[in-house]
Amino acid sequence: MLVQLNQTAAGRTGLRLAKVREGCTPHWLTPQRGGALLLPLLLSGSAVIAAPAMGLELYLDLLSQPSRAVYIFAKKNGIPFELRNVELLKGQHLSKEFFPVNSLQRVPTLKDGDFVLSESVAILIYLSFKYQTADHWYPSDLQARVRIHEYLGWHADRIRGTFGVSLWTQVLAPLIGAQVPEEKVKRNRTNIDKALQHLEDKFLGHKAFLTSQQVTLADLMALEELMQVVAVGYPLFEGRPRLAAWRERVEAFLGTDLCQEAHGPIFHIVEQAANKTLPQPSPDFYPNMLLRISMIP
Amino acid sequence: MGLELYLDLISQPSRAVYVFAKKNGIPFELRNVELLKGQHLTKEFFLVNSLQRVPTLKDGDFLLSESVAILIYLSFKYKTADHWYPSDLQARVRIHEYLGWHADRIRGTFGVSLWTQVLAPLIGAQVPEEKVKRNRTNIDKALQHLEDKFLGHKAFLTSQQVVAVGCPLFEGRPRLSAWRERVEAFLGTDLCQEAHGPIFHIVEQAANKTLPDPSPEFYPNMLLRIFRIP
Repeated sequence: MLVQLNQTAAGRTGLRLAKVREGCTPHWLTPQRGGALLLPLLLSGSAVIAAPAMGLELYLDLLSQPSRAVYIFAKKNGIPFELRNVELLKGQHLSKEFFPVNSLQRVPTLKDGDFVLSESVAILIYLSFKYQTADHWYPSDLQARVRIHEYLGWHADRIRGTFGVSLWTQVLAPLIGAQVPEEKVKRNRTNIDKALQHLEDKFLGHKAFLTSQQVTLADLMALEELMQVVAVGYPLFEGRPRLAAWRERVEAFLGTDLCQEAHGPIFHIVEQAANKTLPQPSPDFYPNMLLRISMIP
Repeated sequence: MGLELYLDLISQPSRAVYVFAKKNGIPFELRNVELLKGQHLTKEFFLVNSLQRVPTLKDGDFLLSESVAILIYLSFKYKTADHWYPSDLQARVRIHEYLGWHADRIRGTFGVSLWTQVLAPLIGAQVPEEKVKRNRTNIDKALQHLEDKFLGHKAFLTSQQVVAVGCPLFEGRPRLSAWRERVEAFLGTDLCQEAHGPIFHIVEQAANKTLPDPSPEFYPNMLLRIFRIP
């Protein structure tokens, strides 16, 4: 079987999340501070259905930054799920088997009964509401909440697509005998430096975390992108004491064990590449990899 | 001072915010920040938004950038109709799912045509044919995905940029074409014409060679943007 099943403790809810009645805004979704979180199924009036539904499934590859953010969030918040490992380097996300799960062929993907959802931010928001995670992750306060979206908008533009490049240039392209032009490598380093400067000056400033004094989804998304670069040996925290301190605070909050678990695979890949023990991707997958490499600005 | 929106209608996210505010009757003062004149890079604008980006919202002391953040803020603060950003969890996260994919495959892709066909030539720069070709392929793939995977879900950002430079992107795509008509019918012709005017006008001016040259100080920034085209 291409998609490996790692059966964890059963995450069977037996409860179907009922649709919120139209026109009724449950107060766990309104931007009021301290609103208690109510499960919408109580509002629908329908009976609780104890269906033998499959629990939450998360299709992930811990080599991928957004996958790690989702994994860490779920684990940290004690959200029960079944991990479905989708090995990107083997092109498993492009397989016929994975297509019915997510026709967009992307990870991370969440499957909650019949509800299938991709994109890490969407998944994180979904999990935060459904499992009523602590308010600080995605606050109910409007201004605090949109600050996270402000960060994530900028992140999508200047962090995504930039911090993942190093792994391609230093590990994945050489693996298939492709070369990334020096000009692009240089441009990428400049982009990384600029982004880190912005991150430190404009977002972090003198706060404890990126958008507030507590950890939010923003910090998680940012940390995992930065770790991608750290894994290939780029000393990005050197000469950036404020950013280094922020990283320590986030990792202290998440816990060393969880961080090691989540970051293990990416560090391991780099180690394997250094020892020349990294398995070759299948040649079917080369065209996709080359396409990705060509998209490096 | 009431709500202020710092925008340039030649920018796609600016238009989305503008159209949303207008459609929902949200009162605001429009602060035009002319990107082609590099006004977003001025000292004056730096005080408004040190990230030097538009759109930016100013609501009293509260400053906010990034179109999605602004749209969410406006939808809550002005209690816009539920359909824009539904309270239903699954419906709401579908929007974030689209926006995540959009950030990856639409943003940075659909804006390229304006650069390759209008803005780069304006400063005598040339985008390599290989990149232009790659961009067209990326646009086609994205449109296919948009039509096949997302159509039917509410998404409030459009791709007028490409249409403005004459790329017939709706041809041979009847579903997408029908969607565009529905969105524009909902928003209203006047509002669409108002919002889309500047970008069409820019292209027209470029064709007539009446588009003013950006100031030379702005060239380095423009060249940097051109280099970032994959």
